[in-house]
Amino acid sequence: MRMLELWKRAPITWSHVAPPLENGTFGCSEWRHVEKPQCYCVLFVGYTNIWLSSFLADCLYSVKDLPIRPSYVLLASVTKMKLILSSIVNGCRYGKLIEVGRNGSKSVDIPGCLLYTRTGSVPHLTHDTLSLIEGVPEPVHLTLSTVAEHHEVLEEYKEGIGKFIGMPESILYCSLHDPASPCPSGYNTNKTVSVWGGGGRIEITLSKFMAMQQAFKPDWYQSMADGEPLPPGASRKRVKKSVDRTLGFLDGCLKEHQNSEVLKNSEILGVIEGGDILEERLRSVRETMKRPVGGFLLDGFQADDMPDDPKLNLIASVTGELPEDKPRLIHGIGKPDEVLECVSRGVDLFEGFFPYVMTEQGRALTFKFKYKVDPEGEEQKDLVGPLHQVQDQQLISAYNTMTIEQCEGNHIYSMLEQSGCGDNEISNKASDKGGKTVPFTIDLKSEQYRADFRPLLEDCSCYCCKNHTRAYLYHLLTTNELLAGVLLMIHNQHHYFGFFQSIRDAVRDDKMHQLKELIIKQKLQQ
Amino acid sequence: GPELISKANGLHGFMNWKRALLTDSGGFQMVSLVELAEVTEQGVRFSSPYDGKEILLTPEKSIEIQNALGSDIMMQLDDVVSSTVSGPRVEEAMYRSIRWLDRCIAANKNPEQQNLFAIIQGGLDAELRKKCLTEMIKRDVSGFAIGGLSGGEEKDNFWRMVTLSTEYLPREKPRYLMGVGYATDLVVCVALGCDMFDCVFPTRTARFGSALVPWGSLQLKNRQYAKDFKPIDEDCDCPTCKRYTRAYLHALFRNDTAALHHITIHNIAYQLNLMCSIRESIRQGQFPVFIQQFMKRMYGSKEQYPCWAVEALSTVNVQLE
Repeated sequence: MRMLELWKRAPITWSHVAPPLENGTFGCSEWRHVEKPQCYCVLFVGYTNIWLSSFLADCLYSVKDLPIRPSYVLLASVTKMKLILSSIVNGCRYGKLIEVGRNGSKSVDIPGCLLYTRTGSVPHLTHDTLSLIEGVPEPVHLTLSTVAEHHEVLEEYKEGIGKFIGMPESILYCSLHDPASPCPSGYNTNKTVSVWGGGGRIEITLSKFMAMQQAFKPDWYQSMADGEPLPPGASRKRVKKSVDRTLGFLDGCLKEHQNSEVLKNSEILGVIEGGDILEERLRSVRETMKRPVGGFLLDGFQADDMPDDPKLNLIASVTGELPEDKPRLIHGIGKPDEVLECVSRGVDLFEGFFPYVMTEQGRALTFKFKYKVDPEGEEQKDLVGPLHQVQDQQLISAYNTMTIEQCEGNHIYSMLEQSGCGDNEISNKASDKGGKTVPFTIDLKSEQYRADFRPLLEDCSCYCCKNHTRAYLYHLLTTNELLAGVLLMIHNQHHYFGFFQSIRDAVRDDKMHQLKELIIKQKLQQ
Repeated sequence: GPELISKANGLHGFMNWKRALLTDSGGFQMVSLVELAEVTEQGVRFSSPYDGKEILLTPEKSIEIQNALGSDIMMQLDDVVSSTVSGPRVEEAMYRSIRWLDRCIAANKNPEQQNLFAIIQGGLDAELRKKCLTEMIKRDVSGFAIGGLSGGEEKDNFWRMVTLSTEYLPREKPRYLMGVGYATDLVVCVALGCDMFDCVFPTRTARFGSALVPWGSLQLKNRQYAKDFKPIDEDCDCPTCKRYTRAYLHALFRNDTAALHHITIHNIAYQLNLMCSIRESIRQGQFPVFIQQFMKRMYGSKEQYPCWAVEALSTVNVQLE
């Protein structure tokens, strides 16, 4: 890439362009005429065709009576989309992916998340309800787990999965596994990987994998990879095998990719494996970097069983080695605190499944992410001072001694809310009744919300919060109405996308520290 | 419960629904939950299958609840028997419904804001129906419902009771035929003089993967649709038909609730379109032509037309060819 940059800055004019090949493309050579008359350069630009480029370069060197004599040959592997990094602050990257998609007309903000789908649909939502949400991210995330079983149908359909799922204009990213469904391990082999679809296990060979990608026609797809969850302390042999297999799969995919007319505008992402062994991770990185991939996927960090510190250190080591100018995706990371830790370690894109998982549990995302401190607000609180605190104390002790029914009757909840004690106290009370609390959320199936006529979140501008109340959601959940999922999904998505916007703002303004503090504080309040 | 809904500014406030709402009285549950119900002159006693708790639903209580809900149209509590029942129970229920109607009218605290409808009973017995009609139309209610039908009885008996009722009911008040929903039934009953209908059929059947079309219905769960790349109905303008194919809905059905939403939206669009077309053709004086086209599209040829429909329509001077 660097040589290409140098080349672009050289003083050159077009003089002769090689005629197009039969299929209408320029193949892999462009000819440029340098101003200095004695010097002619031949530039070979290969998309993923790096081997062919180098072969042709060798041929040209050996042809003696060619009218132009190449003085040097540049080999460049160019991908269609470009990553423009505006800044890197404290390890956090901020920028845009541009010229994305088949028309090269779309862009993706970084750091960002993907739009999670199951069988090509945002769960619970139709196109119209989806359009009620602000800040919906560009890339739509499809998983082979939920679409592989429809491969034959897509082959007959011929028009690509984007149109099939009703999103013909969207950028599509196709991964192997679904982050919200468990993936049993022990089924991958040297020649196949398995995904778990609606009808059970589907075994996929390399040729079947590539046949699927050609039927689906995504804009990005991860290379086939042996990424099944390895328990911590898995044998080094097994970890090494997953790295080797993945590289082998990658080479196989690339070979078919470059021969494919249908995939010529798609990007393939290299997958970094290596379990919890640093050397293997680095080996995976270095080898994958040699291949002409459009970006990198950090795989194997999904499971909860790797403790935080080693996990984050590994991620940092991996991203530290990866080239700056290609995007880095990570699978399986969705909780707000974990997302921030990964952004600080050079990760660009995340899967957007967390709002869905919370929706399925009847939970609404309620964590604050507005880290901008309001100085006036602080002052006012101080003025009220000790009296305010005493009242709070009385309130809280009343709250702790009363039952839920008594609290409701005496409007304790609304008084608590007004005094700023927030939901966590109330959630704690609910959890005393035996429910599990999950940080960053409230459980709307809890009886305390039965007569709570406030919106899910006070200053949220989503359709659900502008039109409906916690009491209504409680009612819908307890009567098993489909509308509960629709409304919760709208709110949770809206909130999560807002969170990512706030991450982008924080990185840009160098305020990540404040945002992290705010999030960690809420995590620990449970 | 009603106390909670009152706190929420009525049902409109609780749901945040700015349009009209119609509430039923709880009468139908006397049929659907007949094993849990005990009917006396006072009211209906239901026992909960979950905790054994008993609720006594009287005409007064039903109206009180509907007043708290604040619906725009409320139904009287009637003594409902299944249309497959015959004998003295039917007569008892008919007379009791009249008495309960009077109690409902007396108990209504919001006669100015809410519209109370009476419900004509009498089973499949023409004499009983006539008696009920004669009595109920003497009461000053906003509208009349034809009840006790659409419960599995023979269509031959069904349409006769409908047409009998519409003959007697006043012309200047709405006639609401409860529980009618299949497309053919809607068309025929409009011809017989009904104005309003309700049915769970379009949405319930959608949730089972069945899409309504002018020539019947498509069971989208069936394998035959797996590679069918047409929309549900090429002539339909609903959001589902404009964007999704039968094949996609088939694929999505097992995996995500969004499929149910897509099909529900289509089925509701189908029903609303049907009623809109009916109204338009009546306005243009072309309703018989519309019926003819509708039947042809739905059944193909005259031999396939259901006999009861042909007969019913002929009594209102619509001769099908």
